[in-house]
Amino acid sequence: MLKQCEGSHAVAEAVALCRPEVICAYPISPQTHIVEGIGEMVKSGELKDCEFINVESEFAAMSVAIGSSAAGARTYTATASQGLLYMVEAVYNASGLGLPIVMTVANRAIGAPINIWNDHSDSLSQRDCGWIQLFAETNQEALDLHIQAFKLAEEVSLPVMVCMDGFILTHAYERVDMPTQEQVDAYLPAYEPRQVLDTAEPVSIGAMVGPEAFMEVRYLAHARQMQALERIPQLAAEFKSVFGREAGGLVRPYRCEDAETIVIAMGSVLGTLKDTVDAMRDAGQKIGVLGITSFRPFPLVAVAAALKNCKRFVVLEKSLAVGIGGIVATNVRMAVTGMGLKGYTVIAGLGGRAITVKSLAGMLEKAGRDELDLVTFLDLDWKAVNKQLELEKTKRRSGPVAEALLRHAGIVGARNY
Amino acid sequence: MSAQQTVKFYQTGTFTVGNRLLAPEERSVQANMQRTNSINSGHRACQGCGEALGARYAIDAAMNATKRQLIAANATGCLEVFSTPYPETSWQIPWIHSLFGNTAAVGTGIAAAIKVKRQKGELREDVRVVAQGGDGGTTDIGFGCLSGMFERNDDVLYICYDNGGYMNTGVQRSSATPPAARTATTMPVGPEPGNPFGQGKFVPAIAMAHEIPYVATATVADLRDLEAKVTKAMGIRGARYIHILVPCPLGWGTASHDTIRMARLAKETGIFPVFEAEHGEIKSALAIRRQLPVEDYLRPQKRYAHLFGKKPAVDTIARIQAIADKNIRRYGLLENQH
Ligand SMILES: Cc1ncc(C[n+]2csc(CCOP(=O)(O)OP(=O)(O)O)c2C)c(N)n1
Ligand code: SF4
Ligand SMILES: [Mg+2]
Repeated sequence: MLKQCEGSHAVAEAVALCRPEVICAYPISPQTHIVEGIGEMVKSGELKDCEFINVESEFAAMSVAIGSSAAGARTYTATASQGLLYMVEAVYNASGLGLPIVMTVANRAIGAPINIWNDHSDSLSQRDCGWIQLFAETNQEALDLHIQAFKLAEEVSLPVMVCMDGFILTHAYERVDMPTQEQVDAYLPAYEPRQVLDTAEPVSIGAMVGPEAFMEVRYLAHARQMQALERIPQLAAEFKSVFGREAGGLVRPYRCEDAETIVIAMGSVLGTLKDTVDAMRDAGQKIGVLGITSFRPFPLVAVAAALKNCKRFVVLEKSLAVGIGGIVATNVRMAVTGMGLKGYTVIAGLGGRAITVKSLAGMLEKAGRDELDLVTFLDLDWKAVNKQLELEKTKRRSGPVAEALLRHAGIVGARNY
Repeated sequence: MSAQQTVKFYQTGTFTVGNRLLAPEERSVQANMQRTNSINSGHRACQGCGEALGARYAIDAAMNATKRQLIAANATGCLEVFSTPYPETSWQIPWIHSLFGNTAAVGTGIAAAIKVKRQKGELREDVRVVAQGGDGGTTDIGFGCLSGMFERNDDVLYICYDNGGYMNTGVQRSSATPPAARTATTMPVGPEPGNPFGQGKFVPAIAMAHEIPYVATATVADLRDLEAKVTKAMGIRGARYIHILVPCPLGWGTASHDTIRMARLAKETGIFPVFEAEHGEIKSALAIRRQLPVEDYLRPQKRYAHLFGKKPAVDTIARIQAIADKNIRRYGLLENQH
């Protein structure tokens, strides 16, 4: 059914259609509307046979999820940013135990300085935590990925993060095609756990493992992600046959066939990039876009295949590995090892900084001429940065950085030293 | 006076003989030939480990009370490590270890799953949940999750095995380490040797402040009392808390055969009050049979050895005595002697 609704609301409804049995949540922007929506559905009785638990922290949220999933319940939670970091120990534990929890991450920057706006620092900080990470491009895809996520998680016994851009998607009102309960039931079978806390067959879950078997246990986690790598495209195909639309998969190439330059990105910025590329194509430039939907497992082969005929690639990412540059870029480089391609990393949109068509076009044209720096910070205010660096050279007590930058930008006017 | 203690056994100090005087349904769970052996032999606890003993009695009693329909969540710590080194496990019930500080929340999750499964008719049995951890896993790192579980009144019995320190990592101080005690991080050096006075917390009192249906303390000296409290707790719905004093020969520097004696001395001196509370109100306390000076409790423990050197630390011992006296007043440990 077509409807106009908020991204968070669409996700809440999609999750409810998946018949979750335990949902636990702790509020953090921009995740709040999702759990508020599901909470109301549980309380009103619209979503039956589901326990909704208001916990005291994200660490507790993931821990409750671990308990309920290990006891055989289909389990969901959602978080973002500081919340994801606050639950990290339990995040690793959930994947280590092989529990198929599904969690939405409403992507948001990480402090300090505290910032509620969108970038990918939160989920990318968890790239090695053992969870599958799927990135949604649109609200429709966010909705669809949740339905696929439960199926994928439960099949391979691994937890899945569905990552959607905070505010840009979570708070945007868009038209979505909401599936029916019958469709979802036809696609998503009941959860059949591989291991469960069952009094009829007592098992010990989470026992201590020493050097004699730890490597094997960790390898098995890797092997399960490799299984997911195979299953993700199949699940997307099965999804299409039931729901009649494309969603998910590993990567999504756009106008890549004869492209000399391919720009790679994840999430909602792909829309802006496609518009930019369309305009550049119209102007005669051979350029394409590659969207990465599955960041973990990382589709090395699919990325290499998509890039095999290009001359250069640009990774545009909303994250920064401080001290080296890009995170997604590092993974892409791994995929193209030995292919002799020029590669550029562009850090953009941190903390909600707008990524405009104009800036993208300028940057991509430079890349096309191979004049781009290897690591570029899109739309960085160099004047402000240099002024601060200069200040720090001359003054020991240069003060809090954030305040100095704001003052430079003319925002903190009251305190003049 | 324990709710279950209908016959007194002063002559033996144990219940091994006394059991025969009781009606069969009042006898100790452990006296039953069909006892469940929740923690099987072969685990790797130290000789005389109070935690192993306490856990065995508590979980057997809970299994008995629930007709074996019991699931346990376990915090990181000695109990977890000694009971499940890969590829062995001592547990006879479904058991999960997740982390050090999240056990109460894991218990909440299991209870939530059970509730839904029963609602849906997918689970016939009335399966119950125990979450358990050491004092560190309970009063320090797991305290947030514990308080959350209490506050929501989730249907979980949380059991804390209090040995007064982080034993699994080599005897460091926790917020349950008593004043003056030596630990690896509160060495008996400087002007105030051992763990400082005026710090720490008594979580049973904090549990009571949550007004949860049931809070109790127990020791491994009064095992029948412990069993009775666990049995009672399993008959109640909602959040329940039992805090058990479990002497640790390794951390306390006591003889392995003195574990039960140490627990009894803790109770008989007033150092550790043994009581029950419902909805935030104290309902009963186990009376001190023959009050002893705290010195009797402190002296056998190497963690207090610095108090009994050439020049005994009389002032420090007096401060510890004052703490015991306060417990005796606060919990009426002498008043309701029979
Ligand atoms: C997050 C975290 N911090 C620290 C540890 C290290 N650690 C493991 S067990 C333990 C001590 C446990 O003490 P307690 O809970 O009192 O149980 P005990 O071993 O004394 O029975 C510590 C500090 C850990 N496993 N996880
Ligand atoms: S260190 Fe203490 S608590 Fe741990 S196993 Fe040994 S006696 Fe038991
Ligand atoms: Mg301890």
